[in-house]
Amino acid sequence: MSILAYNGGCVVAMRGKDCVAIATDHRFGVQAQTISTDFKKVFHIAPRMFLGLTGLQTDILTVRDRLMFRKNLYETRENREMAPKPFSAMLSSFLYEHRFGPYFIEPVVAGLDPKTLKPFVCNMDLIGCPNEPDDFVVAGTCAEQLYGMCETLWKPDLQPDQLFEVIAQSMMNAFDRDAMSGWGATVYIIEKDKITERSLKTRMD
Amino acid sequence: MSNLGIEQFPDYQVPGVSHADFSPYESNGGSIVAIAGEDFVVIAADTRLSSGYNIHTRKQSKLFPLSNQTVLASTGCWCDTLSLTGLMKLRMQNYEHTHLKTMTTDAVAQMLSIIMYNRRFFPYYVSNILAGIDKDGKGVVFSYDPIGHCERATYRAGGTAGALLQPVLDNQIGYKNMNLHGEDAPEVTKERAVAVASDTFISAAERDIYTGDSVLINIITKDGIETQELQLRQD
Repeated sequence: MSILAYNGGCVVAMRGKDCVAIATDHRFGVQAQTISTDFKKVFHIAPRMFLGLTGLQTDILTVRDRLMFRKNLYETRENREMAPKPFSAMLSSFLYEHRFGPYFIEPVVAGLDPKTLKPFVCNMDLIGCPNEPDDFVVAGTCAEQLYGMCETLWKPDLQPDQLFEVIAQSMMNAFDRDAMSGWGATVYIIEKDKITERSLKTRMD
Repeated sequence: MSNLGIEQFPDYQVPGVSHADFSPYESNGGSIVAIAGEDFVVIAADTRLSSGYNIHTRKQSKLFPLSNQTVLASTGCWCDTLSLTGLMKLRMQNYEHTHLKTMTTDAVAQMLSIIMYNRRFFPYYVSNILAGIDKDGKGVVFSYDPIGHCERATYRAGGTAGALLQPVLDNQIGYKNMNLHGEDAPEVTKERAVAVASDTFISAAERDIYTGDSVLINIITKDGIETQELQLRQD
């Protein structure tokens, strides 16, 4: 089995009208055995930016720590907040530095540009090939299911409350068809003046 | 002996000539969806037949009407689909001549399971969904794995985009994660079944390279089979 599917889990991010949403499941497992049901794979790394990491749990934590270090260094040097676009570029080059001994993660970045407040979503493969679409990005062991759900439910210019409904339904119905993801979910809605965090109760099997 | 510099090889092999292994299986792609209602069942399949990055044809039906009450949808290895459906038709004709009546959908479902299990150790590489009207006049869907395990359901997706389509059906037809209880869940109508089946294929064609070109939709009622076609993206 792939190392990327050793611990299970999934993340999805979507663009709306002047807002973005990112969602994570809560499962942390070792192959078929569930170890913990409160492992969130999405991290709040800047006032209007979230980073989601799926894949090998040890690499999720390492990459998160190393990126925080690089981001803090950037912000200290430049004396300004890091925007999602340069953050994704930094993440991409960081992953490509490990081209021949990669971190086994698939990252997702979601946020609003601090200046223009333009919504931004981005995902990458484990060696940092970036993808910045104008709709949604998915990652994790139920990526196929998420693609099917998002492709049917998503439409352009969703309002924050509609976007929450779309991302929540996409997430829940996708991971209910995947044994390695699920056990609850958390959705973050990022707007220019507020961030809403909602926990989803789901079937626990 | 090879460590002495003498290469040993059987008489029928020639050094320097590579022998391509025969591989009996191939995936020819395609997706199928079936949704059952109270007195009808909708079954749909795309019409693309491909192999790797090549498209063999853009208009191959994967729906096989076995009687005027039963339709089999089959994807996977196309040659296995053809030999399986050929055998099914043969056995059904034999039944009709012996018993002087058409096989019911439930009987066809059981027979399909047995025929597939007969090849337990060299299976037909197919993903099958059987849809029809049962002996009580209700719509039914049966889905199969390649060795003949059979499950009765009300909706099912299969084929290369099965993983993309199934959660959408869970949500839109099964009303999963919608917090509806008992009678709150509205009963699926023929129009809604066709609409949801069409939408799932439009979505699947966006992301699955083996699904596209067009969808053939069969609507089975007690009066027979009605056919519709919907164009999909061709890339």
